[in-house]
Amino acid sequence: MKRGVLVKGLEKTLRADWMLYLFLVPGVAYFIIFKYLPMYGVVIAFQDYSPFLGISGSEFVGWKHFARFFTDDEFATVFRNTLLISLYKLVFGFPVPILLALMLNEVRIGWFKKTTQTLLYIPHFFSWVIFGGIVIQVLSSTGIVNSVLQFFGMEPVLFLAQKEYFRSIIVISDIVKESGWASIIYLAAIAGVDPALYEAARMDGAKKRHEIWHITLPCISSTIMILLILRLGSILELGVQQVFMLYNPLVYEVGDIIDTYVYRVGLTEQKYSFATAVGLFQSVVGLILIYLANGLAKRFGKGGLW
Amino acid sequence: MRSAALSDRIGHAANLILLAMMGLVALFPFLHVLSQSLSSHTAIVSGRVTVYPVGLQLEAYHQLLQDRAFYRSFGVAIVRTVLGTAINMTLTCLMAYSLSRKHLKGRGLIMNMVIFTMIFNGGMIPTFLLLKQLHLLDTLWSLILPSAVSAFNLILLKNFFQSIPESLVESARIDGAGHGVILWRLFIPLSLPAMATLTLFYAVMHWNTYFDAVMYINNPKLLPLQVYLRNVIVLNDSNMNVTDFSGATLISRESLKAATIIASVVPMIAVYPFVQHYFVKGVMLGAVKE
Repeated sequence: MKRGVLVKGLEKTLRADWMLYLFLVPGVAYFIIFKYLPMYGVVIAFQDYSPFLGISGSEFVGWKHFARFFTDDEFATVFRNTLLISLYKLVFGFPVPILLALMLNEVRIGWFKKTTQTLLYIPHFFSWVIFGGIVIQVLSSTGIVNSVLQFFGMEPVLFLAQKEYFRSIIVISDIVKESGWASIIYLAAIAGVDPALYEAARMDGAKKRHEIWHITLPCISSTIMILLILRLGSILELGVQQVFMLYNPLVYEVGDIIDTYVYRVGLTEQKYSFATAVGLFQSVVGLILIYLANGLAKRFGKGGLW
Repeated sequence: MRSAALSDRIGHAANLILLAMMGLVALFPFLHVLSQSLSSHTAIVSGRVTVYPVGLQLEAYHQLLQDRAFYRSFGVAIVRTVLGTAINMTLTCLMAYSLSRKHLKGRGLIMNMVIFTMIFNGGMIPTFLLLKQLHLLDTLWSLILPSAVSAFNLILLKNFFQSIPESLVESARIDGAGHGVILWRLFIPLSLPAMATLTLFYAVMHWNTYFDAVMYINNPKLLPLQVYLRNVIVLNDSNMNVTDFSGATLISRESLKAATIIASVVPMIAVYPFVQHYFVKGVMLGAVKE
């Protein structure tokens, strides 16, 4: 009896909405095949996977690969590099778009604002091959930076081959490429602040810096918080396209990050299981971080992502 | 009162100067590379090239435009971008439309399934092995199918579709329109700006991504432009000549690299001024929380 009702309900839904379900088929198939099958594929992190035996035929080895990379010196280096570069990008890079937005917001000259915005936005649309290529050319032995150094009587420096400069180059080039674009979302948030607040403050004799500090920043703090959460969630994924373009064996010690390491060990050396274990560790840490950050954001009353 | 106005004015001036400097920081490297591509070998090695060409030559572009591998990779990039974006848009529109219908059963479940992929993924190696098992490696499909729908863009479009008044849908249904007609004749025309934005987001993604081709493509005939460019810049790998038949240096290798960079950037710069508006709009769309 109950079953009959259920089936009838299902029939009714399908008859009315079959077209909608049909529309969903290719998209859902995509997510299942290209997103969820690889998630199932991570079981090879717990196996000694061999392409000939496949997932079902390969031997189960438990936490062996995880134990190995946790005691591995190379992984320790890679993990430290990833954390450090990410941290530098966060500390130095995260505030820049907010500052840019505050600055752009004060500009009243139309053409100036437009030109600056275009100049600051466009690097975002260059691929890392192009932008990295530009960085390589600018820093090369015949590039403009070395020309300037030589002009002042200093020795030329091969920046990209030197360990002490590599992380700074990664962080700074990322800031130059992405900050302008990232400022848009803050500009939008600033545009949404109620103008009456500023008027009231001005009546009370507030200066510009007071307005920014006591009105603008508090009003856009939830936007800042949301972007910060997203940032924290991807702290171990910091852009393989950038590092892969700019690094070379001379600077592996300071520049090799988890993604490039997984690529080299997994695809070049074909240690599939080991590399998958490293990748899984990265994904799980990311998942935990995003939950933690979201919880914190809620706790401080800033909403959060969900 | 007066001093406040003065300090405000100084503040404004400082602000403008700082911003102008930042704009120049973004512009200078580009001008430098452009100048390198047009400068002579001697000017480059003696470090005299800054932001304008010294000892003008066009040989680097001449060499580049004779390289068949350049055209081929350009063609691959265009096919990838056009075909990939068409698939992206078709799948995203269909899925977003269904998910924007609030009465649809199972909608929440599918949304959660989509959102979860934004915070967790199987990673590089399992995806690679999947493509291998599907025999997609070394085909253009390996660059198109793994990114067929962006969860972020899907949610963006779904939210946009939801903002279309329900009454319009109701009246269309009373007139006997099916979902296909409503999507094609009503929703898509009503959301053309959003469509343009998403198309551009997808197209830029396809044009710029190179790491997937590094992983999935071995056949040199299928390498997209970005990988060709990377090989020229990083690996010094190209068929182009820097010396003439007697072995004398024609142009600097740096000029060749610079010319390749400029040639790859031109399509983006040519299109960009006309479409910046849509990109900015797209970010604003994304900023609206559901």
